[in-house]
Amino acid sequence: MSEAQSVPPSKAEPAAVQERGFLVSSAPHLADRATTSRIMFEVVLAMVPLLAAGIYFFRFAAVALTVLCVAGCLAAEAVANRMRGWSQASLRDGSAVVTGMILAFSLPASMASGSRFYMAFMGGVVAIALGKAVFGGLGNNLFNPAMVGRAFLMICFPAAMAAWIPTAPMMPEAKATLAAEKGVSVDALGREDVDAITTATPLYQAAKLSEYVAKAESEPEKQDVFRAQAQKIRDAMPGLWRLAIGNVGGCVGETSALIALICGLWLVVRGVADWRSPAALLAVVVVFAGLAHWINPGRFPGPLYHLTSGALMFGAFFIATDYVGAPLTASGRLIFGAGVGLLVMLIRTFGAYPEGVMFAILIMNALTPLIERATHPKPFGGQLQT
Amino acid sequence: MIQVLRDRLKGLKVFSRGIHPPHRKKYSESLPIRAYIPKGELMIPMVQHIGAPCEPVVKAREEVVFGQKIADVGAPVSAPIHATVSGKIGVGTVCLLPSGRRVPALPLKPAESEALPANVLEDFLDRDWDGVDPAGYDPEAIVQTVREAGVVGQGGATFPTHFKLRRNPKTPIDTVILNGCECEPYLTADHRLMVEAPEPIVIGLQLAVRACGAERGIIAIEENKPDAIEAMRKAIAGRPELDVVVCATQYPMGGERQLIAAVLGREVPSAPLGLPLHVRVVVVNVATAHSIARGVVKGKPFTHRVVSVTGGGVVEPGNWLVPVGTMFSELIAACGGVKPDVVKVLAGGPMMGPTVPHLDVPVTKGVGGITIMTEAETAHWQESPCMRCGRCVSNCPLYLSTTKIAHAVMHRDYELAEKYHMSACCECGCCSYVCPAGIPLAQYIRAGKNQVRMIAAQKKAQDKKAG
Ligand code: SF4
Ligand code: SF4
Repeated sequence: MSEAQSVPPSKAEPAAVQERGFLVSSAPHLADRATTSRIMFEVVLAMVPLLAAGIYFFRFAAVALTVLCVAGCLAAEAVANRMRGWSQASLRDGSAVVTGMILAFSLPASMASGSRFYMAFMGGVVAIALGKAVFGGLGNNLFNPAMVGRAFLMICFPAAMAAWIPTAPMMPEAKATLAAEKGVSVDALGREDVDAITTATPLYQAAKLSEYVAKAESEPEKQDVFRAQAQKIRDAMPGLWRLAIGNVGGCVGETSALIALICGLWLVVRGVADWRSPAALLAVVVVFAGLAHWINPGRFPGPLYHLTSGALMFGAFFIATDYVGAPLTASGRLIFGAGVGLLVMLIRTFGAYPEGVMFAILIMNALTPLIERATHPKPFGGQLQT
Repeated sequence: MIQVLRDRLKGLKVFSRGIHPPHRKKYSESLPIRAYIPKGELMIPMVQHIGAPCEPVVKAREEVVFGQKIADVGAPVSAPIHATVSGKIGVGTVCLLPSGRRVPALPLKPAESEALPANVLEDFLDRDWDGVDPAGYDPEAIVQTVREAGVVGQGGATFPTHFKLRRNPKTPIDTVILNGCECEPYLTADHRLMVEAPEPIVIGLQLAVRACGAERGIIAIEENKPDAIEAMRKAIAGRPELDVVVCATQYPMGGERQLIAAVLGREVPSAPLGLPLHVRVVVVNVATAHSIARGVVKGKPFTHRVVSVTGGGVVEPGNWLVPVGTMFSELIAACGGVKPDVVKVLAGGPMMGPTVPHLDVPVTKGVGGITIMTEAETAHWQESPCMRCGRCVSNCPLYLSTTKIAHAVMHRDYELAEKYHMSACCECGCCSYVCPAGIPLAQYIRAGKNQVRMIAAQKKAQDKKAG
């Protein structure tokens, strides 16, 4: 803006008009108000209700994980900027905060407990360092940084990443059950006992159910045992309402599908997120789960169970809509969303992991350049045939 | 998104994609056109249209009268230039055009008295065209007179109008669309002309329809000009082959490709080869139609045009009837001058208008407005990394992979840029407008196109030398 400043603040006299120099620049000379940091701020804002839900269900753990992950991301970003000799402007654009929050929301609450706190911080550092900085910073990364961080944690700390604790409203019941098993009163339970209480996630339950039903079919001699076990799981599976509001075991920010849906729709209405990826993703999940349920209702839960459990709703609106890892083109985004949905369902139904959102996103991230090339738009009107 | 839904529900004509910038027409939209009588020397550039430059047909120090032809050339794509006031021609020189080009020009000093007829404004805005029957004009003759009158497209492209109106059996035309969209923010010249002189515009449209052998004429106006819509509706009464359609206030509605898509649902093949005539359409600006009518019916050459001087940086905005060749400095002085916090002066609107470095620039046939912008009004491009949000792609009215083209240009890979169809870009600026990372995408693409043009010209020159 040096030229602009060189315009002397003289009084507007026609005589002075001749001597004035004006800023020379190429058109256009207008821009709308959206900026990178404003968009990131809106994403953060849309995640606040999810954080609130996380705090309600997992109390202090949600706050601690969010703070640790965001701190890890910002620290890594700052170091990366420093090493490259860049300014620290990228700290202010909010993208590292978004990454940190998404990562935190996809971790189990047990990670916030005493001896494990460093893991979340490490996850944040790895997310930015290996997920983003090595590719050259914002916009150049191939993979969703938060998912890279999560994959890292999953490989390094598989046990911690699978230790699910009951939500706060579920706690009294869980304690009572434990006390009954031990034959003591609830008040007599020690702190270690309480800390060690775990619960199954709805998707783990679904995977186990499927396993037992399959075993019952393949091993007729032990049929009754497996049938009974399957029935036990069926009885323990949460109802839809409980699933939708998120009062189930799971990651701190992902359990409440209903809030994720509402906040996600808000992002779409605000024009921050494109509707295409989530729409295609959810549609594929509904069709896939619907078909499986229709074929064997006793083994596979229905579409609504899938939509409301695990990271699906959160992933559809907050992870699959991440700009960087998804194709630029409209049709490409439909394919991307559909691909994520299909992979999630394949992993959930046939894979070794009960949940598949993270792997699905990472795999589709890798396919993004291909999709983009395949869906390269034709210019308006097409080329003239001569 | 909500705006688009609203427009569609209202049944307005829309095209897909594009943007909704602020209108900012309030500065001058309700101000009647006033005549500007130049006092100082005018500068008449010899290049005021796309095509071959003109050669002077008068000598230095010759006395010329208002409306006399002073320059012409034999090439088919060209238009003559006329004296826009009575006065004395000076010694040929070079002047800066608003586009930044330096071209030969003739200075013209207005005569002491009677440089312009006293009734120039009344004559220009004359609304009594009742006895005129466009059917009585021979198509060939219309085309010929339009050329002789020096009419060029006044929407900004300055393509010689007669060339568009010629009949060609290989490319028949069925519809003439009159472009009254004026989709650029700020500008109100076409708007005022439609309100104050709708009748000659309608005659001009009828003449254009007749010249190119079309069946109908459609006047397209954006929704934010209700008084112009009403005036034009009244003016076409009793002419069944004409129609007024209301378009959404969407940028760039005034672009030929978008306008044809919105009004007729036809897709013009992409630039640089595709033209509206490939979908049997000719698009004419309303001010051009006005000039056609004046030229053909009254024999008046193109000497004046309406220019809006507007923006937050001018003391007294207004719409002026200006002789072509008037200096920006004089016209702006007549508007009370500029305010202290001005940073940019644009020839045209803020989406596509080029800036001028100083005010020693003449109004040419293609300048429909001068927008004077203050610091607070203009955008500041603070580039940060592209985060692949896809806004530039999903708002490009020509469906281009904008960010890829711009990044190819940044890396000087013009071949790659062409692979992404750089030359199809119409430089409308929607992409720069929406980019949250503040990347001046359209500016990069324009620079890339210029580079490609330059490289091609150099290559041609080398080939010539070699063989
Ligand atoms: S609008 Fe800007 S940030 Fe978004 S994809 Fe285009 S260039 Fe990148
Ligand atoms: S300037 Fe070119 S690339 Fe940008 S939106 Fe307009 S046509 Fe598309």
